[in-house]
Amino acid sequence: MTAQQGLPLDVSGAAEHPEPLDRAGLAARVARDVPAYAYVNLGIGQPTTVADHLDPAQGVVLHTENGMLGMGRAAHDDEVDPDLINAGKVPVVEPPGASYFHHADSFAMMRGGHLDVCVLGAFQVSAAGDLANWHTGAPDAIPAVGGAMDLAIGAKQVFVMMSLFAKDGSPKIVPSLTYPATGLACVDRVFTDLGVFAVDHERGRVVLLEAYGTTAADLAERLTGA
Amino acid sequence: MGRTTFHTDPVEALAGVADGDTVLVGGFGMAGMPVRLVDALIDVGAKGLTIVSNNAGNGETGLAALLKAGRVAKVICSFPRQADSYVFDGLYRAGEVELEVVPQGNLAERMRAAGAGIGAFYTPTGVGTLLAEGKEQRTIDGRDHVLEMPIRGDWALIAAQAADPMGNLVYRKTARNFGPVMATAAATTVVEVRETVDLGAMDPEAVVTPGIFVDRVVTS
Repeated sequence: MTAQQGLPLDVSGAAEHPEPLDRAGLAARVARDVPAYAYVNLGIGQPTTVADHLDPAQGVVLHTENGMLGMGRAAHDDEVDPDLINAGKVPVVEPPGASYFHHADSFAMMRGGHLDVCVLGAFQVSAAGDLANWHTGAPDAIPAVGGAMDLAIGAKQVFVMMSLFAKDGSPKIVPSLTYPATGLACVDRVFTDLGVFAVDHERGRVVLLEAYGTTAADLAERLTGA
Repeated sequence: MGRTTFHTDPVEALAGVADGDTVLVGGFGMAGMPVRLVDALIDVGAKGLTIVSNNAGNGETGLAALLKAGRVAKVICSFPRQADSYVFDGLYRAGEVELEVVPQGNLAERMRAAGAGIGAFYTPTGVGTLLAEGKEQRTIDGRDHVLEMPIRGDWALIAAQAADPMGNLVYRKTARNFGPVMATAAATTVVEVRETVDLGAMDPEAVVTPGIFVDRVVTS
């Protein structure tokens, strides 16, 4: 029995969709679960693309940890201003209603529980909602944490956006982390190319909500070996 | 006027930096990076420095140049690894510079604590991670917290948009980042500004860093 066979997973109520989610489809799927008028932080990399799929009617306000609320889209050509960048150090624009603040205030917005949602990438998520996304644990790796630990424990809801399986085929939803933790029991929802999952914190299990391009039974087999 | 002094020569503004000092360096990437002051710090020649900054240098300029010149014993930062952080990466792998990785919010708050006279603080950030190992923990309102200590600088080197003769500062857009926090947390704060304005020309309602936190200003 492998460790993976201990994954507590409930797939009984999952909806099945015939097509897998491509990258844009996944970003759009995440965007749909962002509550109206939420204050939201989108992590560096793939989570940033969720912004392209938010409906202006949702009234979502984007936070970037380097000190801006109401962050705009990426800047182009003569809009580029070196003083105006996002957490990924990409130049952005300043829409009406934006505000600036220093780093301690910016992280008070997370750590003080004011931010509604953050969307993060991950190496692994455990059945208990533990998150690993900052360090591979490899002996020659140079660790870099940025704001990930603050976001993980501070945002009211933590969404993870990732592929369900690593390049070597191993599942990234696991019974318990094998990579160093970023935060414990902090992930609420996991959005992947093959399925959307909720973490049931009370029962310490993962619940498949929707399967994409496959069946719930197939995902159960691949995730638990059962 | 206040006791803030004004300088055109950044090396003169760093008079007193000594071997082994702890230097807080503002900026997030290049936004808000005090480029002239960091270059001047190389010219000053102090060695064995502890540098506290969000990143550990890009390319071969600024902090990367300071590292390359062999002046840095330790880096305290949240995100050393970047696409072009090869100077730091090489020194770290060769064991020539020590690294303390700090979650970005702890980095800001530990400096804020130093500036506000707070002896230490408990936070849930980092609980159950490698970065909490060896630190005191306490359960508050049912939630686990880690005790974090202040980070105090001998020096803060930051950049701002403008200063008035009292040393009051305003910043510009996301170049503000760590500047206002670091200004409070060092024995001597040195600020490079793009412009100086006359007494009374800065709206007191708009001042972000009051001059009490600003010791020396380097003008362009």
